[in-house]
Amino acid sequence: MVESQQEQLRSEIAELVDRLGADRSSLIPILQDVKRRRHAVDGEAMQVIADMLDIHPVEVYSVASFYAFLHGAPQGAHVIRLCRTVSCDFAGKDAVADALRAELGIDFDQTTEDGVFTLEWASCIGMCDQGPALLVGDEVRTRVTADDVCAIVADCRSTTGRAAS
Amino acid sequence: MSSATIETQGNALTYATIEPDAGLTAALAMSRSDIIDTLGESGLKGRGGAGFPTGMKWNFCAAEKADQKYIICNADEGEPGTFKDRVILTRFADLVFEGMTIGGRAVGATLGIVYLRAEYSYLRPHLNEAIKSRRERGLLGRSIMGVEGFDFDIITALGAGAYVCGEETALIESLEGFRGEPRNRPPFPVVAGLLNNPTVVNNVETLASVAAIFARGTGWFKGFGTDKSTGYKLFSVSGDCDKPGVYEFSWGITVAELLGEVGGEGAKAVQIGGASGVCVPARDFSRRLAFEDVATGGSIMVIGPQRDILDVAENFLEFFVEESCGQCTPCRLGNPQMLRAVQLLREGACPPKFLADVKALGATMQVASKCGLGQTSPSAFLSILEGFDDEISKRAPSA
Repeated sequence: MVESQQEQLRSEIAELVDRLGADRSSLIPILQDVKRRRHAVDGEAMQVIADMLDIHPVEVYSVASFYAFLHGAPQGAHVIRLCRTVSCDFAGKDAVADALRAELGIDFDQTTEDGVFTLEWASCIGMCDQGPALLVGDEVRTRVTADDVCAIVADCRSTTGRAAS
Repeated sequence: MSSATIETQGNALTYATIEPDAGLTAALAMSRSDIIDTLGESGLKGRGGAGFPTGMKWNFCAAEKADQKYIICNADEGEPGTFKDRVILTRFADLVFEGMTIGGRAVGATLGIVYLRAEYSYLRPHLNEAIKSRRERGLLGRSIMGVEGFDFDIITALGAGAYVCGEETALIESLEGFRGEPRNRPPFPVVAGLLNNPTVVNNVETLASVAAIFARGTGWFKGFGTDKSTGYKLFSVSGDCDKPGVYEFSWGITVAELLGEVGGEGAKAVQIGGASGVCVPARDFSRRLAFEDVATGGSIMVIGPQRDILDVAENFLEFFVEESCGQCTPCRLGNPQMLRAVQLLREGACPPKFLADVKALGATMQVASKCGLGQTSPSAFLSILEGFDDEISKRAPSA
Protein backbone atom coordinates (compact mmCIF):
# COMPACT_ATOMS: atom_id res chain seq x y z
CA MET A 1 0.00 0.00 0.00
CA VAL A 2 1.34 3.42 -0.89
CA GLU A 3 1.44 5.86 2.01
CA SER A 4 -0.16 9.17 1.22
CA GLN A 5 2.20 12.15 1.42
CA GLN A 6 0.33 13.30 4.49
CA GLU A 7 0.78 9.94 6.20
CA GLN A 8 4.43 9.89 5.30
CA LEU A 9 4.93 13.33 6.83
CA ARG A 10 3.17 12.24 10.01
CA SER A 11 5.22 9.09 10.35
CA GLU A 12 8.46 10.98 9.72
CA ILE A 13 7.66 13.49 12.43
CA ALA A 14 6.34 10.80 14.80
CA GLU A 15 9.64 8.98 14.42
CA LEU A 16 11.52 12.21 15.25
CA VAL A 17 9.37 12.86 18.32
CA ASP A 18 9.96 9.28 19.46
CA ARG A 19 13.69 9.73 19.14
CA LEU A 20 14.03 13.30 20.48
CA GLY A 21 11.18 13.37 22.97
CA ALA A 22 7.97 15.39 23.05
CA ASP A 23 9.46 18.21 25.14
CA ARG A 24 9.50 21.78 23.92
CA SER A 25 13.30 21.59 23.73
CA SER A 26 12.92 19.07 20.91
CA LEU A 27 11.25 21.64 18.67
CA ILE A 28 14.37 23.06 17.02
CA PRO A 29 16.06 19.67 16.44
CA ILE A 30 12.78 18.44 14.89
CA LEU A 31 12.53 21.51 12.65
CA GLN A 32 16.18 21.07 11.62
CA ASP A 33 15.58 17.49 10.62
CA VAL A 34 12.41 18.24 8.68
CA LYS A 35 14.18 21.09 6.90
CA ARG A 36 17.15 18.89 6.03
CA ARG A 37 14.98 16.14 4.55
CA ARG A 38 12.29 18.20 2.89
CA HIS A 39 14.12 21.48 2.20
CA ALA A 40 11.22 23.39 3.73
CA VAL A 41 9.03 23.43 6.81
CA ASP A 42 5.59 24.01 5.33
CA GLY A 43 2.34 24.80 7.10
CA GLU A 44 1.28 21.19 7.20
CA ALA A 45 4.54 20.09 8.81
CA MET A 46 4.18 22.88 11.37
CA GLN A 47 0.65 21.71 12.20
CA VAL A 48 1.78 18.10 12.65
CA ILE A 49 4.74 19.12 14.83
CA ALA A 50 2.46 21.35 16.92
CA ASP A 51 -0.02 18.48 17.44
CA MET A 52 2.69 16.07 18.52
CA LEU A 53 4.42 18.51 20.89
CA ASP A 54 1.04 19.75 22.15
CA ILE A 55 1.75 23.40 21.41
CA HIS A 56 -0.06 25.93 19.21
CA PRO A 57 1.02 25.92 15.54
CA VAL A 58 1.73 29.65 15.85
CA GLU A 59 4.44 28.74 18.35
CA VAL A 60 6.04 26.49 15.75
CA TYR A 61 5.77 29.19 13.09
CA SER A 62 7.20 31.75 15.49
CA VAL A 63 10.31 29.65 16.08
CA ALA A 64 10.75 28.42 12.51
CA SER A 65 10.52 31.95 11.12
CA PHE A 66 13.09 33.29 13.58
CA TYR A 67 16.10 31.25 12.52
CA ALA A 68 18.01 31.78 9.27
CA PHE A 69 18.55 28.05 8.76
CA LEU A 70 14.87 27.19 9.25
CA HIS A 71 12.75 29.94 7.77
CA GLY A 72 11.60 30.86 4.32
CA ALA A 73 10.29 29.43 1.10
CA PRO A 74 11.10 25.87 0.00
CA GLN A 75 14.80 25.60 -0.78
CA GLY A 76 16.72 23.68 -3.37
CA ALA A 77 18.46 20.40 -2.65
CA HIS A 78 21.69 22.40 -2.42
CA VAL A 79 21.82 25.64 -0.48
CA ILE A 80 24.84 27.78 -1.25
CA ARG A 81 25.50 30.48 1.34
CA LEU A 82 28.16 33.04 0.51
CA CYS A 83 29.65 34.98 3.41
CA ARG A 84 29.14 38.72 3.02
CA THR A 85 30.94 39.96 6.11
CA VAL A 86 33.86 42.40 5.96
CA SER A 87 36.86 40.08 5.64
CA CYS A 88 35.26 37.99 2.91
CA ASP A 89 34.17 41.24 1.28
CA PHE A 90 37.78 42.52 1.29
CA ALA A 91 38.91 39.15 -0.10
CA GLY A 92 36.66 39.52 -3.15
CA LYS A 93 33.23 38.08 -2.40
CA ASP A 94 31.56 40.33 -5.02
CA ALA A 95 33.28 38.55 -7.91
CA VAL A 96 32.21 35.19 -6.47
CA ALA A 97 28.66 36.49 -6.03
CA ASP A 98 28.53 37.58 -9.67
CA ALA A 99 29.84 34.21 -10.82
CA LEU A 100 27.23 32.38 -8.72
CA ARG A 101 24.43 34.53 -10.10
CA ALA A 102 25.61 33.92 -13.66
CA GLU A 103 26.19 30.19 -13.25
CA LEU A 104 22.85 29.53 -11.54
CA GLY A 105 20.79 32.14 -13.37
CA ILE A 106 19.25 33.36 -10.10
CA ASP A 107 19.85 36.11 -7.59
CA PHE A 108 20.41 35.74 -3.87
CA ASP A 109 17.38 34.52 -1.87
CA GLN A 110 16.12 32.69 -4.96
CA THR A 111 15.84 29.03 -5.93
CA THR A 112 16.43 27.62 -9.41
CA GLU A 113 13.32 26.52 -11.28
CA ASP A 114 14.42 22.88 -11.19
CA GLY A 115 14.55 23.09 -7.40
CA VAL A 116 18.20 22.08 -7.25
CA PHE A 117 19.88 25.25 -5.97
CA THR A 118 19.12 28.01 -3.51
CA LEU A 119 21.49 30.96 -3.23
CA GLU A 120 21.72 32.90 0.03
CA TRP A 121 23.95 35.35 1.81
CA ALA A 122 25.46 34.25 5.09
CA SER A 123 26.60 36.36 7.99
CA CYS A 124 30.19 35.61 9.06
CA ILE A 125 30.85 31.85 8.84
CA GLY A 126 34.15 31.95 10.71
CA MET A 127 36.47 31.42 7.75
CA CYS A 128 37.64 35.03 7.69
CA ASP A 129 41.31 34.04 7.32
CA GLN A 130 40.55 32.05 4.17
CA GLY A 131 37.94 34.14 2.36
CA PRO A 132 36.00 34.42 0.25
CA ALA A 133 34.21 31.55 1.94
CA LEU A 134 30.89 29.85 1.39
CA LEU A 135 28.88 26.95 2.69
CA VAL A 136 27.45 24.31 0.34
CA GLY A 137 24.91 22.68 2.61
CA ASP A 138 27.01 21.77 5.67
CA GLU A 139 30.33 21.86 3.85
CA VAL A 140 32.63 24.82 3.86
CA ARG A 141 34.64 26.03 0.86
CA THR A 142 37.37 28.59 1.27
CA ARG A 143 39.48 30.88 -0.91
CA VAL A 144 36.77 30.60 -3.54
CA THR A 145 37.39 32.41 -6.82
CA ALA A 146 34.95 33.17 -9.61
CA ASP A 147 36.68 30.40 -11.59
CA ASP A 148 35.86 27.83 -8.87
CA VAL A 149 32.15 28.47 -9.05
CA CYS A 150 31.58 26.34 -12.14
CA ALA A 151 33.18 23.28 -10.48
CA ILE A 152 31.33 23.82 -7.19
CA VAL A 153 28.00 23.89 -9.01
CA ALA A 154 28.93 20.86 -11.13
CA ASP A 155 29.88 18.94 -7.95
CA CYS A 156 26.46 19.64 -6.52
CA ARG A 157 24.69 18.57 -9.70
CA SER A 158 26.56 15.27 -9.71
CA THR A 159 25.28 14.48 -6.20
CA THR A 160 21.75 15.77 -6.64
CA GLY A 161 20.27 12.30 -7.06
CA ARG A 162 21.82 11.25 -3.78
CA ALA A 163 20.84 14.43 -1.95
CA ALA A 164 17.24 14.15 -3.06
CA SER A 165 16.86 10.51 -2.14
CA MET B 1 35.68 17.53 8.99
CA SER B 2 36.75 19.81 6.18
CA SER B 3 40.45 20.37 5.66
CA ALA B 4 39.79 24.10 5.64
CA THR B 5 39.10 24.00 9.37
CA ILE B 6 42.65 22.92 10.10
CA GLU B 7 44.33 25.10 7.51
CA THR B 8 44.20 28.19 9.68
CA GLN B 9 47.69 29.63 10.14
CA GLY B 10 49.09 31.76 12.95
CA ASN B 11 51.68 31.33 15.67
CA ALA B 12 52.33 28.54 18.17
CA LEU B 13 49.48 27.98 20.63
CA THR B 14 50.05 27.14 24.29
CA TYR B 15 47.08 24.78 24.19
CA ALA B 16 49.17 22.41 22.05
CA THR B 17 51.58 21.98 24.98
CA ILE B 18 49.03 21.27 27.72
CA GLU B 19 49.16 17.67 28.90
CA PRO B 20 45.78 16.00 28.32
CA ASP B 21 43.66 15.68 31.46
CA ALA B 22 46.37 17.04 33.74
CA GLY B 23 44.03 19.92 34.62
CA LEU B 24 41.12 17.63 35.37
CA THR B 25 43.31 15.37 37.50
CA ALA B 26 44.58 18.34 39.51
CA ALA B 27 41.10 19.83 39.92
CA LEU B 28 39.54 16.56 41.10
CA ALA B 29 42.12 16.36 43.86
CA MET B 30 40.77 19.67 45.23
CA SER B 31 37.63 20.51 47.16
CA ARG B 32 34.92 22.29 45.21
CA SER B 33 35.58 25.58 46.94
CA ASP B 34 39.32 25.26 46.29
CA ILE B 35 38.62 24.82 42.58
CA ILE B 36 36.64 28.06 42.54
CA ASP B 37 39.21 29.88 44.67
CA THR B 38 41.98 28.76 42.33
CA LEU B 39 40.07 30.01 39.33
CA GLY B 40 39.42 33.33 41.07
CA GLU B 41 43.10 33.57 41.96
CA SER B 42 44.06 33.07 38.28
CA GLY B 43 42.14 36.22 37.33
CA LEU B 44 40.64 34.50 34.30
CA LYS B 45 37.99 36.63 32.61
CA GLY B 46 35.51 35.46 30.00
CA ARG B 47 37.14 35.10 26.59
CA GLY B 48 33.96 35.61 24.59
CA GLY B 49 34.21 39.38 24.80
CA ALA B 50 32.31 40.49 27.87
CA GLY B 51 35.18 39.70 30.23
CA PHE B 52 33.22 38.68 33.32
CA PRO B 53 35.47 37.01 35.95
CA THR B 54 34.99 33.27 35.48
CA GLY B 55 35.69 32.33 39.11
CA MET B 56 33.00 34.73 40.26
CA LYS B 57 30.48 33.30 37.78
CA TRP B 58 31.19 29.76 38.99
CA ASN B 59 30.97 30.87 42.58
CA PHE B 60 27.49 32.37 42.08
CA CYS B 61 26.29 29.16 40.48
CA ALA B 62 27.89 26.95 43.14
CA ALA B 63 26.11 28.94 45.85
CA GLU B 64 22.68 28.13 44.39
CA LYS B 65 20.77 25.21 45.84
CA ALA B 66 19.22 23.09 43.09
CA ASP B 67 18.82 19.46 42.08
CA GLN B 68 19.98 20.17 38.56
CA LYS B 69 22.59 22.61 37.26
CA TYR B 70 24.17 22.97 33.85
CA ILE B 71 27.46 23.97 32.26
CA ILE B 72 26.91 25.39 28.80
CA CYS B 73 29.77 25.86 26.37
CA ASN B 74 28.95 28.81 24.14
CA ALA B 75 30.22 27.69 20.73
CA ASP B 76 27.92 30.08 18.87
CA GLU B 77 30.94 31.93 17.50
CA GLY B 78 29.13 34.45 15.32
CA GLU B 79 30.95 37.73 15.87
CA PRO B 80 32.21 38.86 12.47
CA GLY B 81 35.91 38.24 12.14
CA THR B 82 36.24 35.67 14.89
CA PHE B 83 37.17 32.06 14.25
CA LYS B 84 39.46 31.10 17.13
CA ASP B 85 36.76 28.95 18.73
CA ARG B 86 36.53 26.97 15.49
CA VAL B 87 40.27 26.32 15.74
CA ILE B 88 40.05 25.38 19.43
CA LEU B 89 37.14 23.00 18.79
CA THR B 90 38.99 21.48 15.87
CA ARG B 91 42.38 21.05 17.53
CA PHE B 92 41.78 21.12 21.28
CA ALA B 93 38.21 19.91 21.86
CA ASP B 94 39.35 17.73 24.76
CA LEU B 95 40.61 20.78 26.66
CA VAL B 96 37.18 22.38 26.29
CA PHE B 97 35.46 19.24 27.58
CA GLU B 98 37.98 19.09 30.42
CA GLY B 99 37.14 22.68 31.36
CA MET B 100 33.42 21.85 31.30
CA THR B 101 34.01 18.81 33.49
CA ILE B 102 35.99 20.85 36.00
CA GLY B 103 33.12 23.36 35.97
CA GLY B 104 30.64 20.56 36.58
CA ARG B 105 32.61 19.46 39.61
CA ALA B 106 32.99 23.00 40.95
CA VAL B 107 29.37 24.12 40.72
CA GLY B 108 27.67 20.74 41.14
CA ALA B 109 26.33 20.37 37.60
CA THR B 110 25.69 16.97 36.08
CA LEU B 111 25.19 17.92 32.44
CA GLY B 112 27.21 19.97 30.01
CA ILE B 113 25.85 21.19 26.69
CA VAL B 114 27.92 22.48 23.80
CA TYR B 115 25.77 24.92 21.80
CA LEU B 116 27.39 24.82 18.37
CA ARG B 117 26.43 27.36 15.73
CA ALA B 118 24.68 25.94 12.66
CA GLU B 119 27.45 27.27 10.43
CA TYR B 120 29.88 24.92 12.22
CA SER B 121 27.69 21.82 11.94
CA TYR B 122 30.55 20.04 10.14
CA LEU B 123 32.40 20.02 13.48
CA ARG B 124 29.63 18.18 15.32
CA PRO B 125 30.62 14.59 14.39
CA HIS B 126 34.19 15.35 15.49
CA LEU B 127 32.95 16.72 18.83
CA ASN B 128 30.54 13.84 19.41
CA GLU B 129 33.36 11.39 18.68
CA ALA B 130 35.64 13.09 21.21
CA ILE B 131 32.85 13.02 23.82
CA LYS B 132 32.25 9.31 23.16
CA SER B 133 35.94 8.61 23.58
CA ARG B 134 35.98 10.47 26.91
CA ARG B 135 33.03 8.39 28.13
CA GLU B 136 34.87 5.21 27.18
CA ARG B 137 37.93 6.35 29.13
CA GLY B 138 35.90 7.15 32.27
CA LEU B 139 36.43 10.91 31.83
CA LEU B 140 32.69 11.45 31.45
CA GLY B 141 29.82 9.51 32.94
CA ARG B 142 29.51 8.13 36.45
CA SER B 143 32.17 8.52 39.14
CA ILE B 144 34.59 10.28 36.84
CA MET B 145 38.24 9.31 37.40
CA GLY B 146 37.03 7.17 40.28
CA VAL B 147 35.64 10.11 42.25
CA GLU B 148 32.61 8.61 43.95
CA GLY B 149 29.45 10.58 43.26
CA PHE B 150 30.96 12.83 40.60
CA ASP B 151 28.71 12.22 37.59
CA PHE B 152 28.94 14.50 34.57
CA ASP B 153 28.14 14.07 30.91
CA ILE B 154 28.29 16.32 27.84
CA ILE B 155 26.00 16.55 24.82
CA THR B 156 26.04 18.79 21.76
CA ALA B 157 23.19 20.94 20.45
CA LEU B 158 23.07 22.73 17.13
CA GLY B 159 22.03 26.34 16.62
CA ALA B 160 19.90 27.34 13.66
CA GLY B 161 21.49 30.50 12.33
CA ALA B 162 21.06 33.46 14.66
CA TYR B 163 23.90 35.76 15.78
CA VAL B 164 21.90 36.91 18.80
CA CYS B 165 22.03 33.37 20.24
CA GLY B 166 25.62 34.09 21.22
CA GLU B 167 24.04 36.20 23.97
CA GLU B 168 23.74 33.78 26.86
CA THR B 169 20.06 34.18 27.66
CA ALA B 170 19.08 34.03 23.97
CA LEU B 171 21.18 30.88 23.71
CA ILE B 172 19.23 29.38 26.60
CA GLU B 173 15.91 30.34 25.01
CA SER B 174 17.06 28.58 21.84
CA LEU B 175 18.05 25.44 23.76
CA GLU B 176 14.60 25.42 25.35
CA GLY B 177 12.98 25.48 21.91
CA PHE B 178 12.02 29.15 21.68
CA ARG B 179 12.96 32.13 19.51
CA GLY B 180 16.43 33.34 20.40
CA GLU B 181 15.23 36.45 22.17
CA PRO B 182 17.32 37.62 25.14
CA ARG B 183 15.75 37.61 28.58
CA ASN B 184 15.77 40.40 31.09
CA ARG B 185 18.62 40.07 33.55
CA PRO B 186 18.46 39.62 36.51
CA PRO B 187 17.85 36.86 37.19
CA PHE B 188 21.17 35.85 35.67
CA PRO B 189 21.61 32.34 34.28
CA VAL B 190 23.76 31.35 37.27
CA VAL B 191 20.58 31.72 39.33
CA ALA B 192 17.86 30.80 36.81
CA GLY B 193 19.16 29.61 33.47
CA LEU B 194 18.27 26.57 31.41
CA LEU B 195 14.82 25.30 32.42
CA ASN B 196 15.10 27.73 35.34
CA ASN B 197 18.02 25.84 36.83
CA PRO B 198 21.35 27.46 37.78
CA THR B 199 23.48 27.51 34.65
CA VAL B 200 27.02 28.57 33.83
CA VAL B 201 27.52 29.77 30.26
CA ASN B 202 31.19 30.02 29.28
CA ASN B 203 32.89 30.68 25.98
CA VAL B 204 34.86 27.88 24.28
CA GLU B 205 38.20 29.59 24.88
CA THR B 206 37.39 30.33 28.53
CA LEU B 207 36.82 26.62 29.15
CA ALA B 208 40.04 25.62 27.39
CA SER B 209 41.86 28.19 29.54
CA VAL B 210 40.36 26.63 32.68
CA ALA B 211 41.93 23.28 31.75
CA ALA B 212 45.28 24.97 31.10
CA ILE B 213 45.19 26.87 34.41
CA PHE B 214 44.60 23.69 36.42
CA ALA B 215 47.26 21.83 34.46
CA ARG B 216 49.96 24.48 34.93
CA GLY B 217 48.93 26.53 37.93
CA THR B 218 47.79 30.07 38.56
CA GLY B 219 51.35 31.39 38.93
CA TRP B 220 52.17 30.20 35.43
CA PHE B 221 48.99 31.76 34.01
CA LYS B 222 49.54 35.08 35.75
CA GLY B 223 53.02 35.18 34.29
CA PHE B 224 51.31 36.27 31.07
CA GLY B 225 49.42 39.48 30.50
CA THR B 226 48.87 42.48 32.77
CA ASP B 227 47.69 42.88 36.36
CA LYS B 228 44.09 43.45 35.31
CA SER B 229 44.16 41.13 32.30
CA THR B 230 45.93 37.97 33.28
CA GLY B 231 47.00 35.28 30.87
CA TYR B 232 47.12 34.97 27.13
CA LYS B 233 44.40 35.32 24.54
CA LEU B 234 43.70 33.99 21.08
CA PHE B 235 43.14 36.58 18.37
CA SER B 236 41.38 35.89 15.09
CA VAL B 237 43.21 38.02 12.55
CA SER B 238 41.81 38.67 9.08
CA GLY B 239 41.50 41.39 6.47
CA ASP B 240 44.31 43.36 4.88
CA CYS B 241 47.39 41.63 6.26
CA ASP B 242 49.96 39.17 4.89
CA LYS B 243 49.47 36.45 7.47
CA PRO B 244 45.86 36.11 8.63
CA GLY B 245 45.16 33.37 11.15
CA VAL B 246 44.76 32.58 14.83
CA TYR B 247 47.43 34.12 17.03
CA GLU B 248 48.13 33.80 20.72
CA PHE B 249 49.41 36.89 22.50
CA SER B 250 49.66 37.94 26.10
CA TRP B 251 47.13 40.60 27.05
CA GLY B 252 48.67 44.05 26.85
CA ILE B 253 50.12 43.83 23.33
CA THR B 254 49.68 47.08 21.40
CA VAL B 255 47.76 47.22 18.15
CA ALA B 256 50.99 48.25 16.37
CA GLU B 257 52.89 45.25 17.78
CA LEU B 258 50.12 42.92 16.70
CA LEU B 259 50.09 44.37 13.19
CA GLY B 260 53.85 43.80 13.00
CA GLU B 261 53.38 40.12 13.84
CA VAL B 262 50.70 39.55 11.22
CA GLY B 263 52.10 41.63 8.38
CA GLY B 264 49.50 44.34 8.67
CA GLU B 265 51.73 47.42 8.84
CA GLY B 266 50.37 50.33 6.89
CA ALA B 267 46.76 49.66 7.88
CA LYS B 268 44.63 52.75 8.19
CA ALA B 269 42.45 51.23 10.89
CA VAL B 270 41.81 48.04 12.79
CA GLN B 271 38.35 46.89 13.74
CA ILE B 272 38.75 45.29 17.16
CA GLY B 273 36.04 43.08 18.63
CA GLY B 274 34.11 42.43 15.43
CA ALA B 275 31.02 44.27 14.27
CA SER B 276 30.13 44.99 17.88
CA GLY B 277 33.63 46.30 18.62
CA VAL B 278 35.40 49.56 17.94
CA CYS B 279 37.28 50.89 14.95
CA VAL B 280 40.74 52.08 15.99
CA PRO B 281 42.39 54.55 13.57
CA ALA B 282 46.14 54.44 12.85
CA ARG B 283 46.88 57.35 15.18
CA ASP B 284 45.73 55.19 18.10
CA PHE B 285 47.75 52.05 17.28
CA SER B 286 49.70 52.46 20.53
CA ARG B 287 46.57 51.37 22.39
CA ARG B 288 46.74 48.03 24.17
CA LEU B 289 44.58 44.97 23.81
CA ALA B 290 43.52 44.37 27.41
CA PHE B 291 40.38 44.64 29.50
CA GLU B 292 41.67 47.98 30.86
CA ASP B 293 42.14 49.50 27.39
CA VAL B 294 40.61 47.89 24.29
CA ALA B 295 38.78 44.79 25.54
CA THR B 296 37.94 42.20 22.93
CA GLY B 297 36.79 38.68 22.29
CA GLY B 298 39.67 38.55 19.84
CA SER B 299 38.32 39.59 16.44
CA ILE B 300 40.93 41.69 14.64
CA MET B 301 40.02 42.91 11.17
CA VAL B 302 42.80 44.84 9.47
CA ILE B 303 41.57 47.65 7.26
CA GLY B 304 44.06 48.67 4.56
CA PRO B 305 44.59 52.21 3.21
CA GLN B 306 42.70 51.38 0.00
CA ARG B 307 39.39 50.78 1.82
CA ASP B 308 36.48 53.17 2.12
CA ILE B 309 35.76 53.28 5.85
CA LEU B 310 32.07 53.85 5.14
CA ASP B 311 31.93 50.52 3.27
CA VAL B 312 33.02 48.90 6.52
CA ALA B 313 30.43 50.80 8.55
CA GLU B 314 27.71 49.92 6.04
CA ASN B 315 28.67 46.24 6.09
CA PHE B 316 28.42 46.09 9.89
CA LEU B 317 25.11 47.92 10.01
CA GLU B 318 23.57 45.68 7.35
CA PHE B 319 24.68 42.82 9.57
CA PHE B 320 22.96 44.28 12.63
CA VAL B 321 19.77 45.11 10.77
CA GLU B 322 19.69 41.46 9.67
CA GLU B 323 20.63 39.98 13.05
CA SER B 324 18.66 42.17 15.48
CA CYS B 325 16.05 39.88 17.03
CA GLY B 326 13.52 42.71 16.86
CA GLN B 327 12.34 42.32 20.42
CA CYS B 328 13.31 45.73 21.78
CA THR B 329 12.62 49.02 20.06
CA PRO B 330 15.99 50.81 20.32
CA CYS B 331 17.78 47.98 18.51
CA ARG B 332 15.04 47.14 16.01
CA LEU B 333 14.53 50.74 14.90
CA GLY B 334 17.95 52.21 15.70
CA ASN B 335 20.11 50.02 13.49
CA PRO B 336 18.22 50.87 10.27
CA GLN B 337 18.56 54.59 11.09
CA MET B 338 22.34 54.26 11.51
CA LEU B 339 22.50 52.32 8.25
CA ARG B 340 20.51 55.07 6.54
CA ALA B 341 22.92 57.71 7.87
CA VAL B 342 25.94 55.80 6.53
CA GLN B 343 24.31 55.41 3.14
CA LEU B 344 23.56 59.14 3.01
CA LEU B 345 27.12 59.94 4.10
CA ARG B 346 28.45 57.82 1.27
CA GLU B 347 26.41 59.85 -1.15
CA GLY B 348 27.61 63.05 0.46
CA ALA B 349 24.00 63.83 1.17
CA CYS B 350 23.55 63.39 4.90
CA PRO B 351 21.93 66.46 6.46
CA PRO B 352 23.97 67.52 9.54
CA LYS B 353 20.85 67.62 11.71
CA PHE B 354 19.97 64.04 10.77
CA LEU B 355 23.53 62.92 11.47
CA ALA B 356 23.50 64.60 14.88
CA ASP B 357 20.16 62.96 15.68
CA VAL B 358 21.39 59.52 14.66
CA LYS B 359 24.55 59.93 16.75
CA ALA B 360 22.35 60.75 19.73
CA LEU B 361 20.17 57.76 18.87
CA GLY B 362 23.31 55.58 18.89
CA ALA B 363 24.16 56.80 22.37
CA THR B 364 20.59 56.03 23.46
CA MET B 365 20.80 52.52 22.02
CA GLN B 366 23.94 51.86 24.06
CA VAL B 367 22.01 52.36 27.29
CA ALA B 368 18.43 51.51 26.32
CA SER B 369 18.78 48.27 24.35
CA LYS B 370 17.87 45.08 26.13
CA CYS B 371 20.95 43.02 25.34
CA GLY B 372 24.53 43.29 24.22
CA LEU B 373 23.60 43.30 20.55
CA GLY B 374 21.81 46.63 20.56
CA GLN B 375 24.06 48.03 23.27
CA THR B 376 27.18 47.47 21.16
CA SER B 377 25.96 47.82 17.58
CA PRO B 378 26.43 51.63 17.65
CA SER B 379 30.11 51.27 18.75
CA ALA B 380 31.59 50.77 15.29
CA PHE B 381 29.37 53.47 13.78
CA LEU B 382 30.23 56.04 16.45
CA SER B 383 33.94 55.21 16.52
CA ILE B 384 34.17 55.43 12.73
CA LEU B 385 32.45 58.84 12.72
CA GLU B 386 34.83 60.04 15.39
CA GLY B 387 38.02 58.48 14.07
CA PHE B 388 37.54 59.28 10.39
CA ASP B 389 35.84 62.66 10.50
CA ASP B 390 38.19 64.04 7.80
CA GLU B 391 37.55 61.21 5.38
CA ILE B 392 33.80 61.32 5.97
CA SER B 393 33.20 65.07 6.08
CA LYS B 394 34.85 65.50 2.67
CA ARG B 395 31.72 63.91 1.32
CA ALA B 396 29.28 65.89 3.41
CA PRO B 397 27.06 68.33 1.53
CA SER B 398 28.35 71.88 1.34
CA ALA B 399 26.44 74.19 3.63
